Amino acid sequence: MLTYIGYRLLAITPVLLGLSLLVFLVMALIPGDPATAILGNFATPENVARLNQQLGLDKSLAEQYFIWLSHLVQGDWGRSYSLNRLVLDEVLERFHATLILAGAAWLLCSVFGLLAGVIAAVRQYSWIDKIVTFVVLVGISMPAFWLGLLLIMLFAVEWQWLPASGMYAIYGGGDIRDLLTHLVLPALTLSIVAMGVVARLTRSAMLEVLRLDYIRTARAKGLKEHRVVFRHALKAALVNIIPVMAIQAGFVLGGAVYIETVFQWPGIGRMLVNAIASRDILLVQGGVLMVATAYVLFNLCADIAQHALDPRLRLRNRI
Amino acid sequence: MQSYAVWRKGLHKPNQPAVRPSGWQLFIHNRLAYVGMWVFVGCTIVACLSPILPMPDPNETALAQRLVKPWFTQWLASGVEQDHGGDSGWLGTDHLGRDMLSRLLWGTQVSLLVGISATLVAALVGSLLGLVAGFWGGRTDNLLMRGIDMLMAFPYILLALAIVAVLGAGLMNALLAIAIVNIPFFARNVRGVTLGIARQPFVEAAHLVGKNRLQILLTDVLPNVLPTIVITMTTTLGWMILETAGLSFLGLGAQPPQADLGAMLGEGRKLLFTAPHVSVIPGLMIFILVMSINLVGDGIRDVLDPRLKSGVMGRPAAATDVQCEKIKSEMITAEVDGLQVNQLQTEFRIGATTYQAINDVSLTLAAGECMGLVGESGCGKSVLALSIARLVPSPPGCIVHGEVRQARDDLLRIPLSQLQNIRGNKVAYVFQDPATALHPLFTIGDQLVEAVRSHHPVSYQQAWQQAINWLERVQIPNPQQRAHSYPYQLSGGMRQRVVIAMALINQPQVLIADEPTTALDVTVQAQILRLLKKLQQDTGAALLFITHDFGVVASLCERVAVMYAGQIVEMGYTSDVLNHPAHPYTHQLIRCVPKLGNPLTEEGKLATIEGLPPATNALPTGCFFKPRCPWADASCSKSSIALTPIASQHWVRCGKPL
Repeated sequence: MLTYIGYRLLAITPVLLGLSLLVFLVMALIPGDPATAILGNFATPENVARLNQQLGLDKSLAEQYFIWLSHLVQGDWGRSYSLNRLVLDEVLERFHATLILAGAAWLLCSVFGLLAGVIAAVRQYSWIDKIVTFVVLVGISMPAFWLGLLLIMLFAVEWQWLPASGMYAIYGGGDIRDLLTHLVLPALTLSIVAMGVVARLTRSAMLEVLRLDYIRTARAKGLKEHRVVFRHALKAALVNIIPVMAIQAGFVLGGAVYIETVFQWPGIGRMLVNAIASRDILLVQGGVLMVATAYVLFNLCADIAQHALDPRLRLRNRI
Repeated sequence: MQSYAVWRKGLHKPNQPAVRPSGWQLFIHNRLAYVGMWVFVGCTIVACLSPILPMPDPNETALAQRLVKPWFTQWLASGVEQDHGGDSGWLGTDHLGRDMLSRLLWGTQVSLLVGISATLVAALVGSLLGLVAGFWGGRTDNLLMRGIDMLMAFPYILLALAIVAVLGAGLMNALLAIAIVNIPFFARNVRGVTLGIARQPFVEAAHLVGKNRLQILLTDVLPNVLPTIVITMTTTLGWMILETAGLSFLGLGAQPPQADLGAMLGEGRKLLFTAPHVSVIPGLMIFILVMSINLVGDGIRDVLDPRLKSGVMGRPAAATDVQCEKIKSEMITAEVDGLQVNQLQTEFRIGATTYQAINDVSLTLAAGECMGLVGESGCGKSVLALSIARLVPSPPGCIVHGEVRQARDDLLRIPLSQLQNIRGNKVAYVFQDPATALHPLFTIGDQLVEAVRSHHPVSYQQAWQQAINWLERVQIPNPQQRAHSYPYQLSGGMRQRVVIAMALINQPQVLIADEPTTALDVTVQAQILRLLKKLQQDTGAALLFITHDFGVVASLCERVAVMYAGQIVEMGYTSDVLNHPAHPYTHQLIRCVPKLGNPLTEEGKLATIEGLPPATNALPTGCFFKPRCPWADASCSKSSIALTPIASQHWVRCGKPL
């Protein structure tokens, strides 16, 4: 097991390198001259040339990449010109907020998605199965940002139960309860689609497993039904569900872009949208790199979890 | 849904009109998909007609008529006089006084166009990559797939954002971004299917015929990959519309004054508190559009790839449904020593058709006795075995008559919790295929422990010790280490020993072995049979041994019952039945067993029984074996024939026994 984790850690290094190269290339390909963008349209050509030299933009692309990468590794992610702040500081701060939101949403989608899927599978064709199937269909067909607006109208404006926006109350607040009340609506909105996907997959995976011979064996052994369903069937189904749950983690990280905009959550998604609008390349670069790295690490965790669950994979992946 | 199952069933069963429903018939049979299709077609037609409908220009501003509410809210609040008044559109106007209905329809047109184009681009490029990677394989495959993996290392919305960041905001750029992000999905799906098809014999045959690779790709591979491409397209179309709307919502897609659903939502968001209709209506339109597309997509997927449609057949319940009145029994309180099955009747109900799998079966199994149950495939042996502890999958299975007595209980009428106490404890099973009977993700020790602990309040360590003792009793070498093994680490014979240990570990009174050696190779079969017999004698359990092998029955069982079409047709001591078969079916069946050294009949053939067993949804009146019986005459079809004794302890279900 430990060797496997070590092997996987080694194996993601090229992925991360490729990721950085991709991000670098994408940003280097942006049409327009960063120096002009910084200095404005009325800058003199001398000033532009000087700034280009200062920024190292007169060097070759490969050189630029290695310089950029070495800076990146040393924690120098550059300075955002639109915010006049170190990119790393800004990205870390914003990522912290996104992680809270996306983490909560992922937890919600996993727990309720699994539960709904299991119940729907065990009670196939019952009214509860039909309701779950229908709600899932509605959930994955709805624009999440629109759902967010509806929820704000209902819970924040009409009933005034929950705050409509932000992460903390402006006056007072700042404690965990304040955070949670602000978290409920955005996390719920963000999780709906992912929840639908997880529920749908869990249902079909469970139905597939529940028909297998070893489930009959478990019943023939005299096990109680909850043990058959949750220990025997769900464990086998999870092997197929875990990769999808990892994809959903990517989905909530990305979907946070909309939800943060709707709920004015001070996360990295909103930062990215603003940075794109103001063409703050270094900030976009930093934000994209941060989220993508987190996603790669998350997929790694999912791989390890799947590996721990299914002994047959251990045989296949032996190195 | 159920009649869908009937349809599929109808393809295989005799006595049913075997018409294969066309894809279109299957599709419109799915009511939701049908409704979705009409909604989608309706939306598309109206959106396409928007240029010629009598509506105001979507971009025509009228600041005097700003934020007029839709007619239904006006109607709801009919008492309140509108400030702006005027008759301006059913859906009101937005913050610039533009007609909402007009913008909505134009916006729908844009969303559909963008979504469909993005899907086509992604499908074309992605499928091409997938086809090439899957068909050429080797280094090409490796290189392409690494690139795809790299793209998939990004959360896809983020990737779309990054692409828009490069290209700049705009509808075309958003379209491109969404298309690029979706290329990996197509590439991966198509590659997977192509890989499978490229190894099929018909592709190899095409190679041998001398077609070149491109020809094979176009004429042999592509047609088989097409369903996958269509399925992926229909399932991603809705998602692409959502995503482009999302980018426009963020202000990165369609730019004002372009009427686009997402952009309308984004603009309306700022007016959420004062004029909610400006954002709610376009959102609702997106929702309806995407929902209808998803419904159609699900419908198409079910038609093109029935394997993906989960749960066509039956829901697996904890115990088989029992739908019958208590039958009268004189020995209602008498304790049964072993097992007693009375007039059992089990059916499978699929749609409107009823298949009678078990038809009035009664048998008694004394303690310590070994009884064989013989019959050809599909005669109901396994269903009978499973019915005893109500393990027949339900629905479609249903026990409609009879009782199963064990000790003082009727297993068909006790509550589930009580039944669970008996399963594995008093009545245990050994199934046919040990490769699938054990849970692949638990160690065998763990599975044995679970069997013990679900019936006895012992500690894990004690149960573990017991498990190891039993592994030793079933002659597994190194039980201490082996207990930590997973099933995939054992051979088939070893696995079956584990299954036997698991069945006997609680010292059950009744052991039901359903063809326990069929899946094993011949040398192992004999060992397992000897082991089973020895352990049965040691524990004193009654054994119901299901097989189609008369040789095994002769060496193992004191008594034997012969089944045909869900009925017991002959029952008695093994020597009586084998030496003096009274039922024509038994006679024919024994004749079919090849004799050592002289396996052929006088005509120089292996003996067979002509014809097939009757379909259990259309059983003939009278004797079920009549159509295949060489001795049958008119008297055989008069009325149903009862199982009658012809000698001491020898019953037969035949009007004129041999």
